[in-house]
Amino acid sequence: MADVFRGVWVVAYRELLRFVQERSRLFSSFVMPLIFLVIFGAGFGELVGSMTPGVDYIQFMYPGILAMTVLMSSLMSGISIVWDREFGFLKEILVSPLGRGGIILGKAVGGAVVAVLQAFVMLILAPILGVSLSFTMVVELMLLIVIVSISLSGLGLLVASRMQSQQGFQVVIQLIIMPLIFLAGIFYPVNNVPVWMEVISKVNPLTYGVDAIRQVFLGSEGAATIGVTVFGHTMTILEDILVVAAFGAILLVLSVWSFSRQE
Amino acid sequence: MDIIEVEEITRRFGSLVAVDKVSFTVKEGEIFGFLGPNGAGKTTTINMLCTLLTPNEGRARVNGYDVVKQRTGVRRSIGLVFQEPTLDEYLTAEQNLRFHAYAYKVPREEREKRIDELLELVELSERRKSKVSTFSGGMKRRLEMARGLLHSPRVLFLDEPTLGLDPQNRRHIWDHIHELRRKHNLTIFLTTHYMDEAENCGRITVIDQGRIVALDTPDNLKDMVGGDLVTLKAEDNSAAVAELKEKYKLEPIIEKDNVVFSVPQGEKFLVKLMRGFHNNLVSISIRRPTLDDVFLKLTGRAIRDEEVSFKDQLKQMAMMRRH
Repeated sequence: MADVFRGVWVVAYRELLRFVQERSRLFSSFVMPLIFLVIFGAGFGELVGSMTPGVDYIQFMYPGILAMTVLMSSLMSGISIVWDREFGFLKEILVSPLGRGGIILGKAVGGAVVAVLQAFVMLILAPILGVSLSFTMVVELMLLIVIVSISLSGLGLLVASRMQSQQGFQVVIQLIIMPLIFLAGIFYPVNNVPVWMEVISKVNPLTYGVDAIRQVFLGSEGAATIGVTVFGHTMTILEDILVVAAFGAILLVLSVWSFSRQE
Repeated sequence: MDIIEVEEITRRFGSLVAVDKVSFTVKEGEIFGFLGPNGAGKTTTINMLCTLLTPNEGRARVNGYDVVKQRTGVRRSIGLVFQEPTLDEYLTAEQNLRFHAYAYKVPREEREKRIDELLELVELSERRKSKVSTFSGGMKRRLEMARGLLHSPRVLFLDEPTLGLDPQNRRHIWDHIHELRRKHNLTIFLTTHYMDEAENCGRITVIDQGRIVALDTPDNLKDMVGGDLVTLKAEDNSAAVAELKEKYKLEPIIEKDNVVFSVPQGEKFLVKLMRGFHNNLVSISIRRPTLDDVFLKLTGRAIRDEEVSFKDQLKQMAMMRRH
């Protein structure tokens, strides 16, 4: 057990070392969400504003983009495993006394810390975009982002457990990422869309991550009008977190299993 | 004491039997060599002994720990230097070593001291703060060796430790290996397909197509060849082979353009041959046997995969460049 905990921190520690040394990653990972914010915010805002009653479109979309940033950096923990496998470093980790579970969790935790750092950069932009932010909100968001990030990283890690090359990983992950992002209620509420889209959106775990983060910004009054409803019930922030965490737990267990079976 | 015990270990990949009922033991403090061409099962054996692969059949123990049931015990007892680099190129030499120390729980008070000592040993102290991506192949291999020793293992596994290195670097690595064994009574298990390198081993296992074909000291193995080696070239090689068989009861074979055979007391035999041989000779030479000849004798083939390994290196280089 001690080996597992040491595994988590040793592996996470290296992820951070790597992140600090690759400044381009920090830059690129928040440029894309920023482009989304500006282009979609300006272009769509006027058009779809009517879909988000009572809430300014930027206020609506900003939390979603924040969740998207978290998703992106969470998936990096998956690519980091594929990278290690390609460059041989994975062997060094695998023959060490650190358990498989510790290695996988370490990657997830490392990814979560990176996600928090990147979310922080996004939060600095909030006042410029006219999104109001308080200190308690920042603390709440950070905690939330850690949970969401660890959970979503399970997705990347599960895919990574089977991938030999980064190219392969990129292809598969792109296939997953696109529907995940566009059907998560980032750009429009998921309640007033065609039924098939609504169904997919509501089995998409990112939807609940987005909803939880949005509720921190808009409060429960906001949730009453545009929050995610499941079978007529409007999700509370706690329920959102539970859904995401349960999803993450399943994926991480599957990742560890798939990973141990192979190596 | 036997620090490695292997009993009838077998590993299959689909229908291919990579390692077939291999058994051997290694004594503490020994330099034990696994010799064979690429694809003979050397790396598969190492991977099973270091818990990266589970054997399909058989049992193996390292430092008293079962490689299947007591993996953590095995992992703590061994250091590894793989064929291909396993360093994090984006970290510095020091950071790579520190990561390893954390992973193997090297006590804090010993950690920095050991890192200093080992960097000194492999002569990389001055480059400790440089990123590994700036290192040459030989430097990387040396750093991996330092890393493999950081947690004071009982056995050091070296998979082709000098593959792709120039002769100077190879000698350098071997100096280190001998020093380690002397200083720490370390057991060294290595694989190689360089025959001259195998001469450094106390005992050698010759492995071919997943099976052990011989296990002995380098000298005893060479005695198996049965005398000196004569290489000759005749105007008609096949006629020469026939004559050697008939007249001198030898077992010559044709290798490339030459006729090769072994004979006791080679110098005397040459004189005899000069007097009575009917075929016209183009050239003739005689030498003491090497491990190459042992391999040829045991398997009927020479270890000729230099080209393959060269291709592998190119592939590796191409991969490096891509990123």
